[in-house]
Amino acid sequence: MTGHHLAQLNVGTLKHPLDDPRTHGFTSMLDTLNAVADRAPGFVWRLVGDEGNDATEVRTSLGADVIVNMSVWESRDSLWDYVYRSGHLDVLRRRAEWFELPKTAFQVMWWIPAGHIPTVDEAVERLQLLRACGPSPSAFGFKDKYSAADAGLVVMAADATTTVQTTG
Amino acid sequence: MEDIEAIAVLQDPVRRRLYEYVVAQDHEVSRNEAAEGAGIQRTLAAFHLDKLVDAGLLVTGSRRLTGRSGPGAGRPAKLYRRSGAERHVSVPARDYRTAADLLAEVADGARLDVELRAAAAREGRAVRAAAGPIEDLDAVRAVLSARGYVPRTDADGAVLRLVNCPFHVLSEQHPALICGMNLALLEGLIEGVEGLRAYLDPQPSMCCVAVAASKNSDD
Repeated sequence: MTGHHLAQLNVGTLKHPLDDPRTHGFTSMLDTLNAVADRAPGFVWRLVGDEGNDATEVRTSLGADVIVNMSVWESRDSLWDYVYRSGHLDVLRRRAEWFELPKTAFQVMWWIPAGHIPTVDEAVERLQLLRACGPSPSAFGFKDKYSAADAGLVVMAADATTTVQTTG
Repeated sequence: MEDIEAIAVLQDPVRRRLYEYVVAQDHEVSRNEAAEGAGIQRTLAAFHLDKLVDAGLLVTGSRRLTGRSGPGAGRPAKLYRRSGAERHVSVPARDYRTAADLLAEVADGARLDVELRAAAAREGRAVRAAAGPIEDLDAVRAVLSARGYVPRTDADGAVLRLVNCPFHVLSEQHPALICGMNLALLEGLIEGVEGLRAYLDPQPSMCCVAVAASKNSDD
């Protein structure tokens, strides 16, 4: 496989535990949302814990009440369409019900060579980089439009048009 | 003054009828279809359509309507659709866009979704109070039409889709906040109306909110 993909991590601090009835609105939507992601155009991969079909059990150095969500997409547009133009939007709309107000960046994306599966540690490192240094081609958010070429990834001639689109 | 010139192009009633017809469709429109839709001759339609393109209000693409390709498939038809560009004129000059963007950014960062939705629902109720009784989907359509949403009912008439998002630029910048606000506004508008329901159903290049009427026994 040649080219590059976009990896994304987002984290959230739960207001109440996962099995708390007040978190039910969120947990009850997870399977549906993950199914929508799996079928979404441009979807490549998402993090799944050892048990179950989602990443809610995965814990990181970020804290015991912080849940993570990590996925890989063919382009920024395919990720954007899933996050903001699918059933996922309805859950985002209600995020304040389940998650604490983030005091710092809670999502990060970065370019990876196609075929690479990012580890959770690698993802957390990218988030820390974004928190410490602000957006850069190595760690950025939806408002920043860095291309894979900006990040120093070799862009094949055939990919050049894709890069232009994602930065446009 | 480029915006004011573009808007002035719409002052001609025939041209405006054509424009409104084209932007309300869910597909790119040929000259023939636009002429029929606006009830005018094809050559006149072609003239006005090109004026609208020159002003940047419509854009053209070409596609063979027959679906065939290669030699013998015929010349591709010229097709028209709404341009993505927005035109604003304020006299004297005001800049609510920048203010809205800054406010949205701060509200998004502070996670004021719940508060914004409550305010939007109040606004929706106020719109309903001003508009008079809203009892069915047609009444909702009339109100939303007047507010620029370009509503369109689906084939069986049970769902209202909104072709234009009046908050487009903000909704691209802060989708969760702004689409949630818009939903709450429409929920406030139809609150208490039996059989009507507003919900999020995001689709490309449309408003994310739809309004559905549940079928009742009278249908």
